[in-house]
Amino acid sequence: MNKIVADATTAIHDIQDGATIMLGGFGLCGIPENCIRALADKNVKELTCISNNAGVDEFGLGILLKTRQIKKMMSSYVGENAEFERQLLNGELEVDLIPQGTLATRIQMAGMGIPAFFTPAGYGTEIAQGKEVRVFNGKHYLMEHALHADFAIVKAWKGDPAGNLLFRKTTRNFSTSMAKAGTITIAEVEELVPLGALDPDQIHVAGIYVHRIFQGNQYEKRIEKRTVQIK
Amino acid sequence: MALDKYGIAKRIAQELQDGMYINLGIGIPTLVANYIPEGISVMLQSENGMLGIGPYPTEEEIDADLINAGKETVTVIPGSVFFDSAESFGMIRAGKVDLTVLGAMEVSEKGDIANWKIPNKMVKGMGGAMDLVASAKNIIVAMMHTNPKGESKLLPECTLPLTGVSCVKKVITELAVLEIEPGVGFILKETAPGVTVEEVQTKTLGKLIVSPDVKEMKI
Repeated sequence: MNKIVADATTAIHDIQDGATIMLGGFGLCGIPENCIRALADKNVKELTCISNNAGVDEFGLGILLKTRQIKKMMSSYVGENAEFERQLLNGELEVDLIPQGTLATRIQMAGMGIPAFFTPAGYGTEIAQGKEVRVFNGKHYLMEHALHADFAIVKAWKGDPAGNLLFRKTTRNFSTSMAKAGTITIAEVEELVPLGALDPDQIHVAGIYVHRIFQGNQYEKRIEKRTVQIK
Repeated sequence: MALDKYGIAKRIAQELQDGMYINLGIGIPTLVANYIPEGISVMLQSENGMLGIGPYPTEEEIDADLINAGKETVTVIPGSVFFDSAESFGMIRAGKVDLTVLGAMEVSEKGDIANWKIPNKMVKGMGGAMDLVASAKNIIVAMMHTNPKGESKLLPECTLPLTGVSCVKKVITELAVLEIEPGVGFILKETAPGVTVEEVQTKTLGKLIVSPDVKEMKI
């Protein structure tokens, strides 16, 4: 069982124009920096990107926005960068805004083999338009569908050749669910460890979901809001 | 005199009870964490996947892998837990979070809330707000009573696109503490020190009932 590929370029080699890609991360926390750079280098176009946010100018998905590779974003909160706003207002970019919990659960359900589910989020609002409403125990719920992707790309802290993944602190966010929702799942890790080095009790994503894994490099880990206390 | 944003946060902090799990939104709600009353222990939940949010880090403690839902660097405290977004919203939907405090652009006398979109302006998205308001057991809105134009934000009906319907239980502004009773309206429970009932009435466009035991806030 060896899912190791050489690098990001190899890992994303078959991502073609028009692909639907999920990318883990919350803001800039836990984003797959190596694969984003490789996608920019490969210059694949017309991508649909499913990611909670859209990066900032010059970093994260902001890189692929700047190079005009993204056709559509599916996110809960966007617009932390000027280029995003410009493209959206010019009609150059499509955006599907999805409540964060609904987005997370749609992705999670894809990985669980459940095609649809009911959530109260958004009932009575404009996002309910066209969605089936059901009442359970007197409360209104919207039907939402599982969300799959051609490729899921996540970044973990540690991983092994079998694709088992371990995350650090708040980098787990959307990544653990996305890893299970891709037809092909690519994991880049800060540290690739030998098979058996990860404690089976500690693994966050089982290797069965992961198809390709590589050790990334040059992680910048930019911080969006550097808040400190003065002691 | 009307409260400032710190005063609003201090008043909201009085709503906290020992043992509560609490989600604080961005802005004034985040400030509430600075005024948790003595002798009370609460756990703050952040929807990006953390329970037990500690204070901001020192320069030496900063960790890019450790942020809150406002994307600010934070720290852990004894008892902190990390999880993923799907589980985080599971907690929220299942009603495990006892109190949600968030900001708003408008609140209606029915408890509807609008806080994510101004049509024809840049729309950044709802983030987790729709999930939170649809499921939280107890929602307190922290906001200024009027918008920058001086218009009331407490209305008969929201005019902006809704975030959720019939969900807000209490509104705390620089002028007043108001409860919402569906079918009745805003119930004025407390006024800020030096603020008259008349001023609150003038600045509340939605139906306002003055509680018979209305009193002055203690800050």
